[in-house]
Amino acid sequence: MSDLLAARSQMAVSLAFHIIFAVIGIAMPVLMVIAERRWQQTRDPVYLDLAKRWARGTAILFAVGAVSGTVLSFELGLLWPRFMELAGPLIGMPFSLEGFAFFTEAIFLGVYLYGWEKVSPRAHLLAGVLVAVSGAASGIFVVIANAWMNTPTGFALVDGALVNVDPIAAMQTPAAFPQALHMTLAAYAATGLGVAGIHALLLLKNRTGAFHRAALTIGLIVGAPAAVLQPISGDVAARYVARRQPAKLAAMEAHYETRADAPLKVGPGIEIPYALSLLAFHDPHAVVQGLDSVPRDEWPNVPLVHLSFNVMVALGIYMAIVGLWAGWLAVRKRDLASRRPFLWAVAIAAPCGFVAIEAGWMVTELGRQPWVIYGVLKTADAVTPMPGLVVPFTAITLLYCGLGAIVAWLLYHQIIRSPQT
Amino acid sequence: MLSLAESLAAIIVVALTGYVLLGGADFGGGIWDLLASGPRKTRQRDLIAHAIGPVWEANHVWLILAIVLLFTCFPRAFARMAIALHIPLTLMLFGIVLRGSAFVFRSYGGGGGRVFAIASLVTPVLLGMCVGAVASGAIGAAAGVQGEGFYALYVAPWLTPFVFAVGLFALTCFAFLAAVYLTVEAPDAELQEDFRQRAILSGVWVLMMAALGLALAPHGNLVEPRMVALTGAAALAGFWALWRRRYRLARVAAAAQVTLILWGWGVAQFPYMLPPDLPIELAAAPRATLRLALIAVIAGAVVLFPSLYYLFKVFKAQSSAPPTTPPHPPR
Repeated sequence: MSDLLAARSQMAVSLAFHIIFAVIGIAMPVLMVIAERRWQQTRDPVYLDLAKRWARGTAILFAVGAVSGTVLSFELGLLWPRFMELAGPLIGMPFSLEGFAFFTEAIFLGVYLYGWEKVSPRAHLLAGVLVAVSGAASGIFVVIANAWMNTPTGFALVDGALVNVDPIAAMQTPAAFPQALHMTLAAYAATGLGVAGIHALLLLKNRTGAFHRAALTIGLIVGAPAAVLQPISGDVAARYVARRQPAKLAAMEAHYETRADAPLKVGPGIEIPYALSLLAFHDPHAVVQGLDSVPRDEWPNVPLVHLSFNVMVALGIYMAIVGLWAGWLAVRKRDLASRRPFLWAVAIAAPCGFVAIEAGWMVTELGRQPWVIYGVLKTADAVTPMPGLVVPFTAITLLYCGLGAIVAWLLYHQIIRSPQT
Repeated sequence: MLSLAESLAAIIVVALTGYVLLGGADFGGGIWDLLASGPRKTRQRDLIAHAIGPVWEANHVWLILAIVLLFTCFPRAFARMAIALHIPLTLMLFGIVLRGSAFVFRSYGGGGGRVFAIASLVTPVLLGMCVGAVASGAIGAAAGVQGEGFYALYVAPWLTPFVFAVGLFALTCFAFLAAVYLTVEAPDAELQEDFRQRAILSGVWVLMMAALGLALAPHGNLVEPRMVALTGAAALAGFWALWRRRYRLARVAAAAQVTLILWGWGVAQFPYMLPPDLPIELAAAPRATLRLALIAVIAGAVVLFPSLYYLFKVFKAQSSAPPTTPPHPPR
């Protein structure tokens, strides 16, 4: 394994691991705040039990997210010192703001987790709201930094150095809005349907549990609207990619030949005429650049990006359908928890959001290759000169596998199991 | 008057001070968990878990803030450190991950107390070693070393007796801080006495490690006489306060002592960021970035300090409250 591949693999493992915890850390506080609010309104102990169990889950996941996030902030330099040397002054701004948002999140999570008897009910709920808001803010700031790598702005490139640095312009990078919207919705959709799906499965085994019924409802309140909106934000994001990163779009769609009236490939040998032009530019006759417009040595890994993209889209559409189904049942005031086909559909959706998130990040990261800063710096030129990177890559992979197993075991035993009395 | 770049360098030292005084003491708590002994062994451990639980994550963010400001404002220095200190920094990250995860796993009934304690012992040494390597001048000089093989570039800068001494010095400082803080937080006189003994003992260790570090120092520019005098005065005040059981005063003195040690390091190597050849001004990002970073820090501080005040007021105000463990699940 070359050092470059080892560094890329280590970054991939670190991000793939961290993103799960980050996403749950963003969305879980919303669920626990809703549960606590319901408890304050109804005094139904089921909601208090839910809020406390979810708080415990959030505590475990947030801690692992915090330490794995620390790993990433160091790895940016440990693996990609040349990248940070160039990009630090430009993307440091969103990272600094993220630092403060994360601080607020950690402080009020401490108040929330340990303050049930120490602060007033109103202050406790407010602490939960602050955790949810600052969690979403820190996620958005980090995504803005990544968006800059895709559509770098706010500088002039002179002899390989970035001059006339303008960090505000860098934060206003065109990819910032579509990426931040897509990622934030993904966090709520994946976590909401994830929680709903687990409890749907448990309801299929035991229909009477008021606990699982309440959990299913709150999970759907958060997850279903986000899942329904996600295809729209995906369309916004794809149109940005079409204009700003044509090579990435071409790889996503395995679109080799530049042409007008471009069809969409949905499977082996299946094409929808005009659909790609229509999706990418909202015009059935628009010209869509193919990979033939990009030098061969600047192609991303087309099969992998194309596959990841299709996986993400398919899962996203499935989740949106489940979200619509939930909305339809809710509008008609039907009991969600007693319809077995619906419960099965939600249960199947539980892992979908997380798989879609991993696939989506593979699209955006692999699709940007061979660039780390699109059009400015190649990944191969950013890597640390230190040899033997396969050692830290292997070590961190083993560490994260172990941690993942322990977290899964703890969550099962602490949160998911039915209350036993 | 400090320049813009120097002000931001000072803010990074402030963030690092926040990490050492608060996050460092949490690591120190882990060390005393490992070394818990005597008839009140379990109660010592409960007190430590109680003291760390609500605050360790917030305390940890000081490190993230310091590193983010470092790569935003001093990208060149960050890149050099990330290359030359790749190995100790990576090991430190493993320590941070294991300490944090094991603590929270243990709090929620998953075991891992041993891992928590051992990671608490190892991580401060590695953090201290990274600081020591910068202070020794090896990181600044490493940029000049060309093609002398893996050892010369990636190991030699930090594998020296002096750097190890600084690592052990950091360890004793963290243990000392934790022991002093725990005398204030202990709910009764017996536990207070346990941690008073530990505070005095580790305070002596701090002095011995400081002397060892100075004896091994590679060059004379590591200390500034006035700062040493102030640090010594704080140390004496701390010992006196511990001896007279004036625990709140001891806490102030211990925090002042460790703060002065860090600032003494900063003052001694001023105006260099990576001595001997990278001054703060040369390591700095463009002015536009520095100006915005300063504005962000000020705006962030307006949110941060009231929030931190609230956190510590809620959990650290009444020292005599009985330790409450986190809500345990219905088994």
